[in-house]
Amino acid sequence: MLLAVFSDIHGNRQAFEACLKVARAKGAEQFVLLGDFVGYGADPEWVVDTAMKLVEEGAIAVRGNHDEAVGTTTETMNAEAQIAIEWTRGRLDVAQRRFLAELPMAVHEQERLYVHSEASQPARWTYIRSTADAAKSLISTPSHVTFCGHVHRPALYSMSVTAKMTSFVPKTDVPVQLLRGRQWLAVLGSVGQPRDGDPSAAFVLFDTISCQITYCRVPYDIASAANKIRENGLPPWLADRLSQGR
Amino acid sequence: MPKPLVTSGAVIDGYTIGECVHAGGMATLWAVTHPDIDKPLLMKVPRVSEGEDPAAIVSFEMEMMILPRLAGPHVPACFGTGDFAHQAYAVIERIPGTTLYKRLPDLPLPYEEARVLVSKIAAALADLHRQNVIHHDIKPSSIMFRDSGEAVLIDYGLSHHDHLPDLLQEEFRLPYGTAPYMAPERLLGVRDDPRSDLFSLGVLLYFFTTGERPFGEGETLRAMRRRLWRDPHPPRGLRADYPPWLQEVVLRCLEIEPVRRYPTASQLAFDLAHPDQVRLTARSERMKRDAWSVAWRRRFNQDAMRPRARSDVAEQIASSPILAVALDTVEGEAELNEALRVTTERILATLPSARLACVNVLKLNRIAIDKTLDEQGSNKHIDRLVALRHWATPLKLDEGRLSVHVLEAVDPATALLEFAEMNSVDHVIIGARQNSFRRTWLGSVSSKVAAEATCSVTVVRPPRMAPAKPDAGVVWG
Repeated sequence: MLLAVFSDIHGNRQAFEACLKVARAKGAEQFVLLGDFVGYGADPEWVVDTAMKLVEEGAIAVRGNHDEAVGTTTETMNAEAQIAIEWTRGRLDVAQRRFLAELPMAVHEQERLYVHSEASQPARWTYIRSTADAAKSLISTPSHVTFCGHVHRPALYSMSVTAKMTSFVPKTDVPVQLLRGRQWLAVLGSVGQPRDGDPSAAFVLFDTISCQITYCRVPYDIASAANKIRENGLPPWLADRLSQGR
Repeated sequence: MPKPLVTSGAVIDGYTIGECVHAGGMATLWAVTHPDIDKPLLMKVPRVSEGEDPAAIVSFEMEMMILPRLAGPHVPACFGTGDFAHQAYAVIERIPGTTLYKRLPDLPLPYEEARVLVSKIAAALADLHRQNVIHHDIKPSSIMFRDSGEAVLIDYGLSHHDHLPDLLQEEFRLPYGTAPYMAPERLLGVRDDPRSDLFSLGVLLYFFTTGERPFGEGETLRAMRRRLWRDPHPPRGLRADYPPWLQEVVLRCLEIEPVRRYPTASQLAFDLAHPDQVRLTARSERMKRDAWSVAWRRRFNQDAMRPRARSDVAEQIASSPILAVALDTVEGEAELNEALRVTTERILATLPSARLACVNVLKLNRIAIDKTLDEQGSNKHIDRLVALRHWATPLKLDEGRLSVHVLEAVDPATALLEFAEMNSVDHVIIGARQNSFRRTWLGSVSSKVAAEATCSVTVVRPPRMAPAKPDAGVVWG
């Protein structure tokens, strides 16, 4: 089965729509959403509605820190993220807010684990920034592959049976076989706010039979997404950064 | 670990196991057959039981990732792989014959034989590097030859694929590989430089032409580290008749700093194909190693060659192409030749490691017997070589980046196409004549080259002249 995995959509309708279209065209049979549906972008209602519909149809979804921040005021964020979350909160209706609040922190499916930040303590929202961070996550789960997002920069880590680590920056559109016999941590780039210098939207395809993962990039209408952020009076940097991919 | 299931007579995933043909330290090789595959096959099975070297597993994982992605005549075709979860294996094409290891008793080989042999290996390496793979274990036992002549590189257990995670990255504290052939930067943990393979090939060329290994057989880390500062004995000191061009090539491959070696395997293959065009530097003259004072300075200035920023295999190859410019040296082409020089200069300006081959075709008559000497009695071939060098002088290219060639042929376009193919030329620059009598009657050389070349072709025309009048009889073609 071909999975399409998306993370950090952040209210960016144009980016999410473009990724869904490509994923469907490539034959994706199941969708996995790794959280942070909202925050930063100006289309939270559409993104949450779309996610709710996909979940009704069988998609798997987990909670991100921005989704959690919609329902609680205790989450600490930087000023721009905080302004965006407060704005988002006013835009969502009860059903949409309940959907976000009830999302699970992590989902196990066969040999795979889906989680927003990392596996060892998902509620602490730790970023995977190094091989050591990746090792901590991999040691805490028996899953063959862990999928996560949160850092907005794609990376692929593995740990051998003797706990030796490898790190790798995946090449776009080059499938990599996630060999059995070692564990893998696939860190996804962001759909709605890429920060790796490439402004195109990022998602991942995973073939559960061949165990091949493919990191995909999709160009989308950045100007419209950025304009809508500006029109809604959100911090202008949230619009500017989209075209820079950082 | 599951118990090995591979024994003679067993069937695994449709492959019937035959005899065991080789039992090495890391893996065993079995002859196998498959009802749907009409080719001799080998199944490679890693040694994974208790007490075996853990490197065997990681190397095999690497091989399982890389082998199915490789293509072309210089690699064994891969038909399938099996997972560690059940029975790890890789089924590959069985290449008849033996590895180059069998030639060791014949060393040193005649220079010409070694030149041909190593140029074939360089061509195979160029093809491998083009596929984003660095072999990292180039040595006689990793090299075979097809009946058709192409070199085949086997054993990818230590290789690096630029588009895949490098599983050997942090696996071993010490560099893993074959000590006598290992490039110095490997000892510093660098695994992403394709020029490491050129160093290993240089060791092989040195060994095959002198009978001695340039850095001995030392397996200890201390013995291996000497190559970070101690240069090998120049081959001319070992064999008095050693050709200077060959020493130039060998010592360039064995440079301690990768940046001083050939930038690509294709450029090395080019020099091996044209020994008379190898530019001789001080390297070719040397009879002795560097003085101790020089070597010791290197030894204690190691910081100067710490690993540099990560390089991208594809990027490095792309920045070091072989360009060929086709020139007509006859009178009356001055304007076109100037336009060709301007275009060539612009292309070279962006590619500091590119090399340029200036090519001219000496057209032979179909019927009449050609005379080497022209009416004035001077040698046409040599005159043209001189003219080509003269054309290239304003480009101010380092001699090592420039070569000149006069091809003798009946059909210039075919000769240029063959030259480009034989020498792995990446980009041909060629002029188009404007409305000439010869073009109209003989057909355009540039259009045939542009249509049939397997590389990029830039067709250059002289600056636009005044537009032709409608009644001037423009030839459309």
